[in-house]
Amino acid sequence: MDVLTRIITLTINGEPLALPGPHDVAALVAHLGLDVRKVAVERNREIVPRSTYAATLLVDGDVLEIVHFIGGG
Amino acid sequence: MDALTPTTDPWTVAGRSFNSRLIVGTGKYIDLPTTAAAIEASGAEMVTVAVRRVNLSDPKAPMLQDYVSPKHYTYLPNTAGCFTADDAVRTLRLAREAGGWNLVKLEVLGPPPTLYPDMPATFEAAAALIKDGFEVMVYCSDDPIAAKRLEDMGCVAIMPLGAPIGSGLGVQNPLMIQMIIENAKVPVLVDAGVGTAYDATFAMELGCDAVLVNSAIAGAQNPILMARAMKAGVAAGRLAFRAGRIPKRASANPSSPTSGLIS
Repeated sequence: MDVLTRIITLTINGEPLALPGPHDVAALVAHLGLDVRKVAVERNREIVPRSTYAATLLVDGDVLEIVHFIGGG
Repeated sequence: MDALTPTTDPWTVAGRSFNSRLIVGTGKYIDLPTTAAAIEASGAEMVTVAVRRVNLSDPKAPMLQDYVSPKHYTYLPNTAGCFTADDAVRTLRLAREAGGWNLVKLEVLGPPPTLYPDMPATFEAAAALIKDGFEVMVYCSDDPIAAKRLEDMGCVAIMPLGAPIGSGLGVQNPLMIQMIIENAKVPVLVDAGVGTAYDATFAMELGCDAVLVNSAIAGAQNPILMARAMKAGVAAGRLAFRAGRIPKRASANPSSPTSGLIS
């Protein structure tokens, strides 16, 4: 199946998400509608540097955390 | 810049200098505009922030950074909510990636009702973070031995609690805070427990380098006025510390000359 139409299932912030292609972190952040400058991404417990989002490919079953800053003391 | 913001009395942590000796938290405010206004009124240059999952169902919701710009304030990411060294390290690695900051606030707490610093877990997390290249400002118990150990490990600032988080009780153990200050070669900050301006003044009079306040400002009926009060309180306490107070004495000592009285 074409990479652009194949759907993979990820776990994002504890919730399942079906992602159509392309399957990389840059595409995921865009798919979610997030501002890339204000979030940080961890994939399978490893930090994904922002500069490598486009080159970091995702596969079925990947577990991601996407965080940002909120108010705290 | 006003009279309450001394330009000639900065303090330095991990090579960064700050004129304001008040660090403020960004939590518990009623909304983001109030957060921004109170922080501006406080004159703080450094703010603590928490790291949390983004809300994927509302990705365009306003974010803290839109109101409290990391361009204007030094963000000090914290580990609030982390109960293990592993969680603390993961959280701060994400914070470092989100903003590029390696100056962080480590706090590993025990459960309610004390939320007291869990010192064994704090030591473990501090060691892991320092090894990973972080500059760690550490929330800790008011225990001079623990404080010295954290400093010896390489923590860049020691931040004992004045009283339990959010309690507003002020500095409960000034003797131990003073001992920590006297023994430390890195900055000592009172973190947690400040309830009103004079608590911050008192902490500064003990010789702290700075004070960290969140609940007392965010929870005040008028957070912006309280932010101004804290700014003034910290500045007054610092000036009084530098001035050197008179010794306490058990008897009166007249202020007016005792000679030349009419008869």
